[in-house]
Amino acid sequence: MVDAAIVVDNVSKSFRLANDPMRSLKERVLGLGRKGHQEFVALRDVNVTVNRGETLGVLGHNGSGKSTLLKCIAGILPPTAGQIQTRGRLASLLELGAGFHPELTGRENVFINASFLGISKRNIARRFGEIVDFAELEQFIDEPVKHYSSGMYVRLGFAVAVNVDPDILLVDEVLAVGDERFQRKCIEKIRRFQQEGRTILLVTHSAETVRQICDRAVVLHHGDLVANGKPAEAISEFRARLANERGGEVPKEHDGHPAPTLIGAPTVRSPDGTTVMTIRTGDSVQFRFDVEADVAVADAVVEVELKDRDGRMLHTTASSPFRLSGGPMSVTMDLEHVPLVDGEYPISIRLLETISGRLVDWRDQLDTLFIRNGPARDGLVAIPATLTVTNPEGDAVATSTTATAGVTAPTAL
Amino acid sequence: MREIVRYRELLARLIGRELKVRYKNSTLGFVWSMVQPLFLLVVYAAVFSILGTSFADFPLWILCGLLIWNMVSTAVLTATSSITSNAYLVGKVRFPRAVLPLSMVGAALVHFFLQMLVFVVLILATRHQVDWTFMWLVPLALLVSVVVASAFALLLSTANVFSRDTQHLLELSLLAWFWLTPVIYQYDRLALWLSDHGVPAGIFLINPLTSVVIVFQRAFYGRASVPTDDNSGQIINLLPSDGPMWYLRNLAITGGVGLTLFVLALVMFDRAESRFAESL
Repeated sequence: MVDAAIVVDNVSKSFRLANDPMRSLKERVLGLGRKGHQEFVALRDVNVTVNRGETLGVLGHNGSGKSTLLKCIAGILPPTAGQIQTRGRLASLLELGAGFHPELTGRENVFINASFLGISKRNIARRFGEIVDFAELEQFIDEPVKHYSSGMYVRLGFAVAVNVDPDILLVDEVLAVGDERFQRKCIEKIRRFQQEGRTILLVTHSAETVRQICDRAVVLHHGDLVANGKPAEAISEFRARLANERGGEVPKEHDGHPAPTLIGAPTVRSPDGTTVMTIRTGDSVQFRFDVEADVAVADAVVEVELKDRDGRMLHTTASSPFRLSGGPMSVTMDLEHVPLVDGEYPISIRLLETISGRLVDWRDQLDTLFIRNGPARDGLVAIPATLTVTNPEGDAVATSTTATAGVTAPTAL
Repeated sequence: MREIVRYRELLARLIGRELKVRYKNSTLGFVWSMVQPLFLLVVYAAVFSILGTSFADFPLWILCGLLIWNMVSTAVLTATSSITSNAYLVGKVRFPRAVLPLSMVGAALVHFFLQMLVFVVLILATRHQVDWTFMWLVPLALLVSVVVASAFALLLSTANVFSRDTQHLLELSLLAWFWLTPVIYQYDRLALWLSDHGVPAGIFLINPLTSVVIVFQRAFYGRASVPTDDNSGQIINLLPSDGPMWYLRNLAITGGVGLTLFVLALVMFDRAESRFAESL
């Protein structure tokens, strides 16, 4: 075994459900007659090895057991079976700011939080400035943290955890919080960790994060480890499981309805018909995908949604009702002169039945539309604009024009 | 145990946190816990000047036993809920859980020291005679009470994770425990009652706090017996008239029992600890 930092050997974890352990005497007395209890298996024979210096992503939908795995590795939960070995000092960020006391100031909490991680007072005092710097809380460090915004809270928590020099860093989902700038900062910090040869285990349901920073990824599905390989492979497995799951969920809600539809992955094409990955602001683009139904939907409506990365709806177009039955029907949607600034825009598709208003099927973030112009611009939409500054004599002294292409062309007069 | 030693800094921080949080947003802060013995003394003095006391400096006598009793009962009571009330920590952060109940004992100890400070000032102010030949037993008695409190802290905080009834049962038990400890009444009275009923007085040492409390009383109150208030020349026996060795023997016995209990509690805590996170 090459220098493993974490070895998870055949680990299973199950929880007892319902009234066990029975919390009060009353329940215990009344529960005497009841026999047995339900077991919920959160992890089943999981084997993972994380090499030193490696960054491993753990992907899984909610309830897949990924957080349980992390807690087992962190030593918070004992595995029901199997063994876990870790080598080196371990810092876990299961929740940013876990361990903060709301009544105490940021400064006091930094020290307490650090001692939870087993860091001596002297060491933490030495790095205190760095922590406060990283968290950008100079002004507020002596305020009780109950007055902090959630963003400030998160920043301080992350700052402490990454400044305690762990050999192994366990991170759960925490990169999803904080504003974009801070997220970038966290990712930079994580990259530096990688360069320093530290081991990172990152639990997330964001394929994007895994693609960005992981060397390898595993996928957990209902407690089973179903994939272990390159990020791209793991992500596609994760997506497939997710799609399956969602396809399977719908008929359960509407009893007796078999898995009704198939929504294919859309292709993104430029107007000349070539498949593109990235467009520029103001370009026209076409999405194309197939829909198929085993059981006919009399008055189906297809909706295509374009959101931004924060999940804000930017655009939606719905078809008029049509009868969906039999073989694949192809759907095309043309977007003309997309006026969006640089960014990534997930594409979601929804299939509805108009009479009942029932959501027949949907695919979230099936694909992503990328817009790239070069220099990034703030804002949401690109509106062709001209800005002119005129002096008292009526001469324009400065002008700039924003073309649809999103490139600012400043002109000095 | 080694883990706890390694995390002693965390223990110190948690004690600090407990104290800070308790006095956050109060202008007087620590003064409150120092005012308490003073206030108790005034109240007792007022009450007993109306009811009539049986012997001199009766309020001071009560304080001799009450402060150390308060230390133990506060420690055990706060420690019992220390793990359940920090469930969010236990579920999210790895650290030896024993520091939680032990920090409560530590916090109670700090309070005790503050109150003792005031108590000593009171003794000086009232020019009460203490008995120096017994004073060296006081640190030992304090040690025994800390060991006993820690043992109960570990046992009961664990029990409370698995059954929240522990907390409620404890509140009742502490009331009984208080009256089974010679704080308000004098030890000698009880010993007399026991021997009248053919029970050996030694049985009272089952209560580990008895031997602790009587040391404090013997040293700070300074006398084993006092004349009654009414100038009738009668003598009230408060405590056995034995020398320091008798008190030491009692302390040694309860100390030994307390230490055994503490070790057992540690072993049990160690076994149960890993199940805390999922039981909360």
